Order: sequence, then C-alpha cells, then structure tokens
Amino acid sequence: MLYNEPSELEVKVLTRRFGLENSQSLDTYLATEGYEGFRKAMEMSPEEIIEEVKASNLRGRGGAGFPTGMKWGFVPRDSDKPKYIVVNADEGEPGTCKDRVLMENDPHQLLEGMAIAALAVGARRGYIYIRGEYRYLIEIMDRAIEEQYRKGYLGKNILGSGLDFDVSTHTGAGSYECGEESALLESLEGKRGQPRIRPPFPAVSGAFQCPTVLNNVETFCNVPAIFRMGARAYAELGTPRNGGTRLFCLSGHINKPGVYELPMGFNLLRMIEEVGGGVRGGKKLKAVIPGGSSCPVLKAEECDVAMDFDSVAKAGSMLGSGGVVVMDETTDIVKVALRLMAFYAHESCGWCVPCREGTLWLKKLLARVDAGEGKPSDIDLIGELAENMLGHTFCPLGDAAAMPTISYVKKFREEFEERLRKASEAAESDLVVL
Amino acid sequence: MTFSPELEAKFEKLVKNYPEGRERAALIPMLLFAQDEVGSLTREVVEEIARRLSLSLLEVEEVVSYYSMLTTKPRGKHHIQICTNISCLLLGADRLFEQAKQKLGIEAGGVTPDGQFSLEEVECIGACSWGPALQVNYDYHHHVTPEKLDKLIEDLRKVQ
Amino acid sequence: MADLVTLTIDGKTVKAPAGTLVINAAKSAGIDIPAFCYYDGLALQAACRMCLVEVEGVPKLMASCTLPVREGMVVHTESPKVVASRKAMLEFLLTNHPLDCPVCDKGGECELQDAVFRYGAGEGRFTEIKHHVEEKQFSPVVFYDAPRCILCYRCVRICDEGLGVKALGVIQRGAVSEIAPNSGDHLECDECGACIDICPVGALTSGIYRYHTRPWEMKHVGTICTHCGDGCKTTLGVRENEIIRGNNRDRSGINGEFLCIKGRYAFDFVSHGDRLRKPLVKRNGKLVEATWKEALETVAGRFRELKERGARIGVVGSNRTTNEENYVLQRFAREALGTPHIDHHRTADILSFLAAVGGRTELLGRTEDVYTAKALLIAGVDLAQQHPLLAFQARANWRHHGAKAFVVAPGPVREEQYAARVVRAKLGEEPAAAESLGEELKKCEDLLVLFGGSVRGEALRRLVAFGDGLGIPVKYICLADYANSRGAADMGLLPGFLPGYQPAPERGMGLAEMLEGGRLEALWVVGANPLRRRKLNSNAFVVVQDLFLTETAQLADVVLPAASAYEKTGTVTNTCGEVQRLSRALTVMGPKPDLEIFALLAAEMGVDLGPLDAKSVWAEIRGNVPGYQVAEPVLMTGGAAPTSPPKVDGVTEEDAALVEPSGDTLFTSGSVSRYSKILNVIREAPGGLFQEKRTKLT
Ligand SMILES: Cc1cc2nc3c(=O)[nH]c(=O)nc-3n(C[C@H](O)[C@H](O)[C@H](O)COP(=O)(O)O)c2cc1C
Ligand code: SF4
Ligand code: FES
Repeated sequence: MLYNEPSELEVKVLTRRFGLENSQSLDTYLATEGYEGFRKAMEMSPEEIIEEVKASNLRGRGGAGFPTGMKWGFVPRDSDKPKYIVVNADEGEPGTCKDRVLMENDPHQLLEGMAIAALAVGARRGYIYIRGEYRYLIEIMDRAIEEQYRKGYLGKNILGSGLDFDVSTHTGAGSYECGEESALLESLEGKRGQPRIRPPFPAVSGAFQCPTVLNNVETFCNVPAIFRMGARAYAELGTPRNGGTRLFCLSGHINKPGVYELPMGFNLLRMIEEVGGGVRGGKKLKAVIPGGSSCPVLKAEECDVAMDFDSVAKAGSMLGSGGVVVMDETTDIVKVALRLMAFYAHESCGWCVPCREGTLWLKKLLARVDAGEGKPSDIDLIGELAENMLGHTFCPLGDAAAMPTISYVKKFREEFEERLRKASEAAESDLVVL
Repeated sequence: MTFSPELEAKFEKLVKNYPEGRERAALIPMLLFAQDEVGSLTREVVEEIARRLSLSLLEVEEVVSYYSMLTTKPRGKHHIQICTNISCLLLGADRLFEQAKQKLGIEAGGVTPDGQFSLEEVECIGACSWGPALQVNYDYHHHVTPEKLDKLIEDLRKVQ
Repeated sequence: MADLVTLTIDGKTVKAPAGTLVINAAKSAGIDIPAFCYYDGLALQAACRMCLVEVEGVPKLMASCTLPVREGMVVHTESPKVVASRKAMLEFLLTNHPLDCPVCDKGGECELQDAVFRYGAGEGRFTEIKHHVEEKQFSPVVFYDAPRCILCYRCVRICDEGLGVKALGVIQRGAVSEIAPNSGDHLECDECGACIDICPVGALTSGIYRYHTRPWEMKHVGTICTHCGDGCKTTLGVRENEIIRGNNRDRSGINGEFLCIKGRYAFDFVSHGDRLRKPLVKRNGKLVEATWKEALETVAGRFRELKERGARIGVVGSNRTTNEENYVLQRFAREALGTPHIDHHRTADILSFLAAVGGRTELLGRTEDVYTAKALLIAGVDLAQQHPLLAFQARANWRHHGAKAFVVAPGPVREEQYAARVVRAKLGEEPAAAESLGEELKKCEDLLVLFGGSVRGEALRRLVAFGDGLGIPVKYICLADYANSRGAADMGLLPGFLPGYQPAPERGMGLAEMLEGGRLEALWVVGANPLRRRKLNSNAFVVVQDLFLTETAQLADVVLPAASAYEKTGTVTNTCGEVQRLSRALTVMGPKPDLEIFALLAAEMGVDLGPLDAKSVWAEIRGNVPGYQVAEPVLMTGGAAPTSPPKVDGVTEEDAALVEPSGDTLFTSGSVSRYSKILNVIREAPGGLFQEKRTKLT
C-alpha cells in the first residue's frame, strides 16, 4: 500500500497510520486515537469549533491555500436550508498524488474530518467526490463508510453527539476542471463540469444550491489532528499563518520520489536533497515546479525557499497542491511547456473564450516551436497570448494555463530561441547538401 | 433494458444518495458504472439512463461528451491508458507510449482488430511520484519500464 | 422604487437601483459595453469576457454582466487596459472563426463583425490551421455552422428559458464544443427560429433566408402576423416584391422580439402556386377563369336581383380580414343587401365574455398583463400551442417575477413545467376545477385569468363570477383564434349585433342555421371556409372571396381572388382587444384586397357606402363604433391600442352554441396552413393539443 519508503525527516501527523497493519480498518483507526478529535469537538459549540480551526492556521490543501476556518465561518448560521460537506478528491493537478495515499491508507481520518466539519456548520450530509480513475479508492472509501455505519460512526446521532450524518462517495468521470470547486458541484449534480458564477460562493450556495463546506481531502484529514493536539500545537508545527504539516509529492528527476509529510515551511532545496535523495544520476538541478503544474516554475537558483504558502508566493510561484516536480539539466523546457499546454487545452471546459481559444492556440504555437517550425516572433506571441488570458478567464483554469507558460518563456527564453535557431541551421545545412 | 442484478442494486442505492428531486445527480456515476458493465455507452444505455432519471437524450449526451472517461465507442478488453503528463513525461512516458503503439499496432484511441486492446494517452492519473505510470482498465501499474510494458502486454494477451 | 446606488462610470455620475448590473447601469447612461453572451432577460453567463471593465481598487478586470452596482464604485469601460483586453478577446474569438463574412447571412448584422470594426482587431496573428467542421442542418428552418459559432449560449438559453423547450445543448468540451440538437442529428421543437435571431453571428441561419440576400438589399416592413390571435408584430424583409424573411429584431410591438414559426416563416403562402390570381365564374357547372369585370358584373347582377326579390342572403365574414373590411362588409350586407343574416366563424365566446364583464373595462387583460400579473390562471387552453406569444410572456413572468401559475387543462400542457398547481378538467368543465383552487387564488395579490374557447355560455359566466368573488383584483383574457376574431365580433359580423355590440334591429340567422337549415338563396363568404366543416343545404348562389380554392370556394358560383394581410393596409384587433395597424409588404398581381372588392361591387351595384378606402373607413369606425376611440398616435407609431368595448346585452344561448374553437396547433393555421410549404415540411406538424411531452423541468 505504500509506494515509497518514508523519510526520517517526516513529521507524521496525517500519515502516522501509514504502514500499520490493517490501517484501513476502523479498529486500527480507533486504536490509534481515532475519533478523539471528534469527541473533543462534540463538546464544543459550532462557533468554538470554527475558532479552533481558525487558530490552527490550517490553509486549504487543494491549491489556493485559503484559511479553512474562515471558509467554514462563511456558512450562514441562520439558513434553514440543508447544509452539505463536500470533499474534493478529484486530485487532477499534474504532479499531485497525495489525496490518493491519504484515502488509501487512512480512510477513516477523512471521515472524521468531515464529521467535525458537519458539527461546525450543522450539516447532515456529506459527499466525497472522487475522480473516476480512482475506482479502487471509491471501493476503499465505500467499505470504510459501510464499516462506520455498522459501528455507529455514521448515521443517526453519532457517538451520542446529536449529529445525524450521512456520507457517500460520488465518482467523477474524467475532467480536471471538475476539481475546481464550482465545476465540481455542477458535476455532483449530474451536469457538465462547468464552473459557476461567483458570488455566491459554495459556503452560501453550493451543493444543490445549499450552504456547503467544500475542502480538499488533505484539508479534512488535518482536522482530527487539530482537535486531538489542540490548535496551538498544530499551528506550531508550521510557520506563522501556515499551520501544520503538508504532504509533498516529489516526482520527476529525483532519486527517491514519493509522498512525504513535512512541516510547512520546509526548505525546498533541502527537500530535494535530503528527503528526495537529490537529483537523479548526479545531474544538475535545472528547475522545480513547486506545487503542481499550474504553478510558475522556479529556476534552480530560485529554489532556496521555505515551502509555505506565503514564502513560495514571495518567490513568484505558488505552493499549490504540493506537487513538487523536479527537473534536471537535461529537461527540454519547450516540451514541458507544450505538454502542459496540451493538458490545459484538453481540459479547458470551453465555457469562456480566452481559455477555450487561448489554450488551443498556444498548444498549436508551442507545437510549432517544438517542431522547430516557428518564427522568432512566435516566442513573444506565446508570452503575449498567455498574458491576454491571464486574469481574463471565467475560472482559474485559464490562469493555471497562462501562469506557468509565462514563466517558461520568461525564464527559459534562450531555450526557445535555441530550438528555433537549431531548426533553421538544420534547414540551411539541408540546403547545402542539396 | 435491464442491467445485472448487482448493478441494479447499486443504482437503486445510488439515487437515494441525493436529495429528493435531485436524482439527476446520479447521472455520472450511473453512466460510468453502466459503461463498465456494457463496455460502452450505447444508444440503448443512454436512452435507458435518460428514461430512469427523466432526462432528455440531449441532456445525457451533453454530459457523456463532456467527460473523457465516458465513451460511446467500444474499447478493448484491456484498455491501456498511459499517462504522459509532466512527471511521467520527465521519466520517458512519451517513449513508452510510442512503444505501446508499435507493439499493439494501433494509434492513440485505437482498438486492436481482435478487440483485446485499446490504447489511450491520458492526463495525470495521480501516480506522479511512482511514474511513469499507466492504468489497464482501473488497475495501476507504477514505475513502468520498456521491459515491464512489453511483459505487461504479453501477459494480458494470455488473459482470454 | 428600490434604493438608488450612485456610482461613476467613465466619469459620469450614474444612479441605478440596487442590484442593477454594471453593464445595464452603463447602458442607462448611454455607455455601450460590448457583450456577446449577456442577453437581457436570460440567465447570466459571463463566458465571452467581452464586457470586462476596470473597477478602481480591484486588481483584475471584472465582468460587468454579472457585477452588481455598488455605492461609490468607479468604473472605466474604455480604459487602455479594457480596450486591450477586448481586442485580445476578439482575437481569440477570430482564431477558429472562418472569415467568410462576404458570404455569411449575418454580414451587415453581425455583432462580432461590429465589435471587430469598433476595436480594430482585424489583423490576425493566428496562422495555425483552423478547426473545421461541416455545416449541419438541424431542421428545415435551422442550419448550424459550428466554426462560426462563438459559444455564447444565447440559443441554448432562449430555447430552454424562453420557450421551455430545451432543444439545444452543448456537446463536447473545450475548443471543439458545439451546439447540438435534441433529437440526435435533428431538432424536435417549436421551430420558432428564436435561436437564429438571437445568434450574434452567422452560426445559426434560417433555412428560408440563408444565402438569399443581404440585409441592406431588403425593404423592412413592420406589420402584424396573420395567423393566431396574439397579434405579434413581424418585420418582413422584402426584396423585389418577395417576402424573404420575418423577424422582430427591433423589439417593437407587443411581442418584443418573440415570434413563433408562423410569424417568422409562414408568410410563404402568399406566393404559393395555388394562389388564385384571376376571378372564377361557374360556367356549365365548372369554374372557369374570368375577368374582374365579368365576375363583378355577375355578382352585382345577381345581388341586385336577389335583393329586389327580398331573397334570403347569408353573409359570412372573416376572422382574418381587417376591421375596415369587416365593418364595410356588415354595412354592405345590412344596408346594400338588406339582410340580417351575418356571422363569422366564432372561435371564442366573446359575446358572453363582454356581457359578463358588463362594461368594467378594467377587467380586460392586456398582453402586457400576462408579463406583469402576480398570478395566472390558465384554463382550457394549450397556451404554448395556441397562443405562443402569451405562453412566452407567461413564462417570462414566472422567470423574471416569480409569477404563480395555475393550470386547468384536460391534458398535459407546457405551462405545467412551472405551474404552482395543475388541475385536470375536461373541456367545458374548467369553472368547477378553478373553484377548487379558490383558497390558493385568494392568497394572490392579483390574478389574470386566461381561458380558451371551451369556456363559453354558462361556464364562462360562472368562471367570471368566481373570479369576481375572489376579493382580489382579477383580469380576464378571452382567447380566440386567428388574427382578427376579436375585430370580426367588434365590427358586428354577428346576426344580433351591430358594430360595437349595439343590438341589431332584427336578429338574423347564425352561421349554422344559415348553412344547414336556412334555405338560402345566396351565400357570400369573405375570407372563410365554412363548408370545410359544414354542409350547405340549399342551392344558393355562392360568392367567395379568398386566397385559395378552398372547399367553400370550390362550390362557389363566383370566386374573387383576395389579397392577404401582408398585401394590404388596415387594422386588426388581437385577442386581448388591442388594435394594431397592418402595413403593405408586397403586391401580388391579380388578387385585390377585400375592401377594394367591396368598393367595386358597390359601384357596380350602384349603391353608395361612402368612401371605401382603409383610411376613411377607419375614421368612420373611430367615429361610430363604441370602444374604438383609441389613441391614434399609438397606432401611428406601430403600437397596440386597447379598445374599451361597451356593456353587451342580449346575448343568447345560441351565441354560445355557435362557438367552435379552431383546434389549430402551433403548426396549423386554418385553411391557410395547407399552402405554407414551411408548415408542411417540418416534422413536428401538425402536432396536437394537450399532448405536451416534456412537462418536467430538469
Ligand atoms: C482548474 C482547477 C482544478 C482544481 N483541482 C482541484 C483538485 O483536483 N483537488 C482539489 O482539492 N482542489 C482543486 N482545485 C481547487 C478547488 O477549486 C478548491 O479551491 C479546493 O478544493 C478548496 O479546498 P481547500 O480550501 O481545502 O484547498 C482546483 C482548482 C482549479 C481552478
Ligand atoms: S477558464 Fe473558462 S474555459 Fe477555462 S475551464 Fe475555466 S471557464 Fe472553462
Ligand atoms: S504526471 Fe503521470 S501520473 Fe501524474
């Protein structure tokens, strides 16, 4: 069940049960302080629960890093509509594979986190929206849910808390955009994964147009720990305004790729060297995507950065979803930029003009440059088109496509130029031969 | 049309998961589960699900054509989906994909004449730290190498 | 009045009610923010990103189509940043858009073309291969060219929200997304063409109009549709004496831009090959062509002779001819022929209705009330089929104002999609069903009752009495079929009533009696086809004025070819009692307007009925007919002027018994629809009433 050796540098809060025998079973979970957090929360008022989450400095692990307690606080108290808890387990951001291990190794932790959220906002129903490709995880979660029902951790008046709470899984069917919260809610309602106009935000009008708490898997998985340890102790694991630990998915040209739980603010270079065992084959580091494909790339010399939301933002990128993609000196940046744009063009829902047309155009342009058939002016055009998309699209997918592209062209311009130069030289030498 | 008793039971449970009047929410799971059983979303399947959820054909088609896992065309018995997105690409996934095309003698999206294999280049499947990765139907294969890929296809050929 | 919010747009101080969208606040200040997906009255999309504006204090540009005004907000709609983004959006839009403007139907009326012109994003930097898809034919009237489509979703929304049909959707995703019809490769819908009209570019085009002409080569004539009783204004595009298209894009008239298939396309009967071009006179038992002179002399001769003998002459008028024609016809009958036997095909019990209202004109519902009433009781009518405009209005009322709709119908109707309550009741049994809704209706602020031709006589009186007893303001609309049913009754094409419902000195025979037991010696039928349903039990001398050789005309002794509504001027009165003016769009060689035929006949017979041109007769109607003292300027400017009919007394049970609803659907129009090619090639025709398939909102 574990796909990589743990590292000694890890601080195991969310992953503490990984590797335990029967870690998927409720008994194991309960034997290892499972539901302690919930029992504590049960004694608190909804306001106190939300205050506790705020004090923990927990920020959303889905990508944007929005303070979770604040988000829960937006759910209207006085609304007589039903309220929902929705877990974003769509995990589509290239470079990201952490929610998968969280659900696979410790499904009950997620369910406990959801239950505490339900206490906080008075929800009685929860959905776990799992990407369709994760079929085996749907089965794991379904089994865990079923076990919880059997043992009274779900259903009516759970643990005597007075909370009635029902949970079910819901499968996606292949769409990155459905990870975007409002598109996810459309998809949950059986529609095309097209984003909604906001405001209203999900907290006010989410699933079935009712108030909804929507968070990432990892975000919910942090919640039991916050209540078990106390918000302060939890917050202190990280850096100011960035509480706790976070799961980093190391991938690419690295010796020991894997998912590792490290405190917020862990230095990126150290992560590569000491946790990941350094760049593969002793090669030189060229660049790192610090938080999934949507984040601007960092050049090797920019990588001496603390991995928390604020520090990475200061460095000109984003902590995103924790997908750390390591690229060595042999990496073909033009190819990387092209492959990612092909991804965004494939995943653009098509709703808004700049994303729909921009991603396709950029993909075609990058393909041409990659094939050495571009003109020097194409490099500027790539940057300009990406800028024209940026901030103009309906949902953040357009930005997610534009931002990294801008960074590749800006930071590795010579590589793009080189590609074109080589191609024209080759063409010339062909002529000579002829 | 009817589905297998297991699937019917699953459907019955499924629609109850959503608030009354919002049964449409069961659409995507129903489509995917039905596709798993039937092989593809034939016109008959689409009509049946539309009928069960009181939707028009168009409403179902809008959804079917949106989601990349849903298909109206039959796939091979072993549907090989190779991730070529960033993390896997860095580890040679594009070459694996070429290899698979050659070995199977089909293009992306193609099905072998005997209906045994189909091949698709897919986006990130959440296996980045254990790439290059692929899925055969829903099963993951991690750290795929050219040798492993050859062997995988050979082994699958033997599964009749 | 809602609270006013003050903001600044492009330096101008603008006040707008709270909740107003910035795009509309700007518009009210004369500032035009371009937009493709935003459309007044339809759901918000914010998809085209053309309307982005700069708001001070907000780093990102904001979509003005979804942004409500805020106190103190400072907005810039043409700042360099905004203009640059618009250019960028246009450049994106043009990447996969074929630049085939020279052959595109929309050329000259294309919103994309206009925007490109305004922002000068003409030079393309897109040198890649465009995504190409073949054009598709969705129906005989709707074609779709995917590459031209900019995916603004207007068509999808007008069909779903506006019509409740949901015949269009979006399939695929990303750049290959396209619009798709609801029935595999074709549409099954109302075929109203609203999707074509609303398309800002040339992606959806009309099967009738496409590749025919350019907008600037046509003369645009605003007139009134001749089909149902709703009286939509339609603007006919005419080139070289041929009607090429119909629409109402300027949104003038009671229907805004709404038109159903009949209003938009079913003008084609005017040029049908079977159209009568020459008078026909029966010789040796056969109708043969004759000159106007011969035909008129024959008719005038017989009429004169019959009148002198005091013979029984029956006159059947039309519910499609103009008020002026109807008025003159009854004068002709009563004064020149001296007969009291005058009637027309009554499709609703207007007489009992006006009697029940008893002169309380404030109880008479108007077209606009269907959009503003707080509650609607829709009884005994399949509104979407029989009164498409009113159905559209009712639905818009529900969508925009949350109006409560109550439906009483014998079978499923589309209004049930949003109705608060539905009661099934056989035709004619509506009042009892309505009464079962009494408690709920009493709770409404006001109510508009729309009822069909099945509610007549006693039932009608009972329904109005019920409404009057609810204790809330109630208005009524008595729904009649055809373009001028109301005008036929108002102008006294009735055996017992003179124009304006003044009692006739002598009550003549009604239609049924005239034909079946009347032993008529002559029958004069103008613009009607009574022998389609009834038999003529006499050897009468029959004169018919019509466009086609109908069942009635086939039995005539003389047939006089008449002009259609699109070939003449005059006024008509819709089912809500609103008068509107016709304009002549074209002249068909051969036929003559009925009014002109009357004048020629009068002259031939040597009787003087005064000046018989439309203008003079209208003046006479305004002077003589109670209720028709309508505001002239409203008519002059193409508006609809409400009449105020007087109290009606002396209605008999026979009057109610004579009512015979036409049973026309959305795709039929009495005898005329046989001659409309378009109404016969669409697969939905003729359709049926109370059979709506989709009754659920999803
Ligand atoms: C295009 C796009 C894709 C996204 N995909 C995911 C995803 O797969 N999983 C996820 O948790 N959040 C994803 N997000 C972020 C969500 O919109 C949302 O912010 C998040 O689920 C909120 O949870 P959090 O506050 O716990 O992070 C995506 C956002 C965008 C714009
Ligand atoms: S940016 Fe626009 S087209 Fe792209 S995914 Fe979001 S809404 Fe869809
Ligand atoms: S990039 Fe291949 S699984 Fe994520």
